[in-house]
Amino acid sequence: MNAVPMRGDPAAREIVDLSATSLRELHQVLHGLGPDTNRTAWRVLNPQGRHAVAVGLDALIDVIVEGHVGYYAAGMNARASVTINGNAGPGVAENMMSGMVRVRGDASMAAGATAHGGLLVIDGNAGARCGISMKGVDIVVQGSVGHMSAFMAQEGNLVVCGDAGEALGDSLYEARIFVAGVVKSLGADCEEKPMGEAERAILQRLLDRAGVTKTDAAAFRLYGSARRLYHFYVDNANAY
Amino acid sequence: MCGIVGLFLKTPELESQIGRLTAEMLAVMTDRGPDSTGFAVYSQPRPASLKFTLRGGDFAALPARLAARTGVDVTLDVRDDHALLTVPCTAEGDIRAALAVVSPETLIVGAGTRMELYKGVGLPAAVSARFGLPGMSGTHAIGHTRMATESAVTTAGAHPFSTGLDQCLVHNGSLSNHNNIRRALVREGQVFETANDSEVAAGYLSWRMGRGEPLDQALQAALSDLDGFYTFVVGTESGFGVLRDAVACKPAVMAETEDYVAFGSEYRALTKLPGIAQARIFEPEPQRVYFWERAA
Repeated sequence: MNAVPMRGDPAAREIVDLSATSLRELHQVLHGLGPDTNRTAWRVLNPQGRHAVAVGLDALIDVIVEGHVGYYAAGMNARASVTINGNAGPGVAENMMSGMVRVRGDASMAAGATAHGGLLVIDGNAGARCGISMKGVDIVVQGSVGHMSAFMAQEGNLVVCGDAGEALGDSLYEARIFVAGVVKSLGADCEEKPMGEAERAILQRLLDRAGVTKTDAAAFRLYGSARRLYHFYVDNANAY
Repeated sequence: MCGIVGLFLKTPELESQIGRLTAEMLAVMTDRGPDSTGFAVYSQPRPASLKFTLRGGDFAALPARLAARTGVDVTLDVRDDHALLTVPCTAEGDIRAALAVVSPETLIVGAGTRMELYKGVGLPAAVSARFGLPGMSGTHAIGHTRMATESAVTTAGAHPFSTGLDQCLVHNGSLSNHNNIRRALVREGQVFETANDSEVAAGYLSWRMGRGEPLDQALQAALSDLDGFYTFVVGTESGFGVLRDAVACKPAVMAETEDYVAFGSEYRALTKLPGIAQARIFEPEPQRVYFWERAA
């Protein structure tokens, strides 16, 4: 799914100031929007590092959060486009289903954890365990990712324009991992794969959608599952 | 869980506000640690003096009893159930010995030329108010809100832990080899007051620094010797250090400006700091020693 097309006049965004309005009130309004709502453009002020800002959205709306957020921002997102003009705490866009989440700053650990779909773009760096147990989401990180990113990932694409920390793709089921920079080490059962035309097209499309211009698709290498942990080997029985 | 806050000033402008700022940061961390709260404030030293922070016993009678036994002039400022005892630094040994005799029920919570250390069971705002934290001034401060995992909810189990002069440590996490390390350190002469894992981390660093290592080297060594989950924030007379274990599941956010370095378990603890909008905000990396030192 592409970024949500903007409807209505962006200059006429409805503003919710979290220094004056409670998070619960914000969510009651956003969750109450119908599928054909015309109130599609929102601006949230003063998040002040609060947890769970703009979570559980399920409408074709565009939300800009002006400032840093705490845990689980834009979690469980469906269809909505959420832009965080700041840093995000742990678990940003965790369990996202569809839509798009963009973090203009850095994201802490477990960005995009368990997410099933949609596109998560992190303009800065992501911390440890980025894309842990991802189940179909596409994640594009313009900076670097921390250790154990894409741990137990099952489906989707993780694109890292910078470097990757230790144990990248540990215990990977499936999912493609594209890294342009240095991989400190690969985790168990993660290996480099040849990049074919199909993978290159997937990568290019993600770079385009994320608006990445500073890193060329040719700079990336592809990593994936060696599929050696899929089955139990009886030769290993003595190890247990 | 547990919440940690810390503030290390690089310039004197905010020194008179450090208590208020620390109290505000602690209050935001209430839901990370509602059991107990503690803090250490490094205030200006008094000339040729040493400060003992004490807990327990009859404070009203204590100055006279200590003076009678040691012949040394002492001052005592009572703050709720703690008291700050100021003595000539030449009298440290005499005072420790005398205290054990004239008031054996009194515990030394911490000692140093700059460090004062207060802690208690209760919500952060209540504990801060009891000890008058908002009115305190100093060069650096470290605070902790505790959600107990490894030992009982008591004042003794609250952080920070101090195991050396002007040294204190707060911890979010849990150590898995603390009993082994404690046994080894006890053989080396280190004294522990509780069964708490975090006190072992403090004692470990004190032991290292006692052998002449600077704080950053001691923290580096901790990476290989201490097993478990931890984010530590450590204070010394003139230094401030941060260390996270390899897994780094205990959160940490730092902010740095021309005027200060601040630590919070979460960013929201930092939002009221002056100039935070212009600060460099970053997440300390796992297994990397962060250390700031000020000129004495």
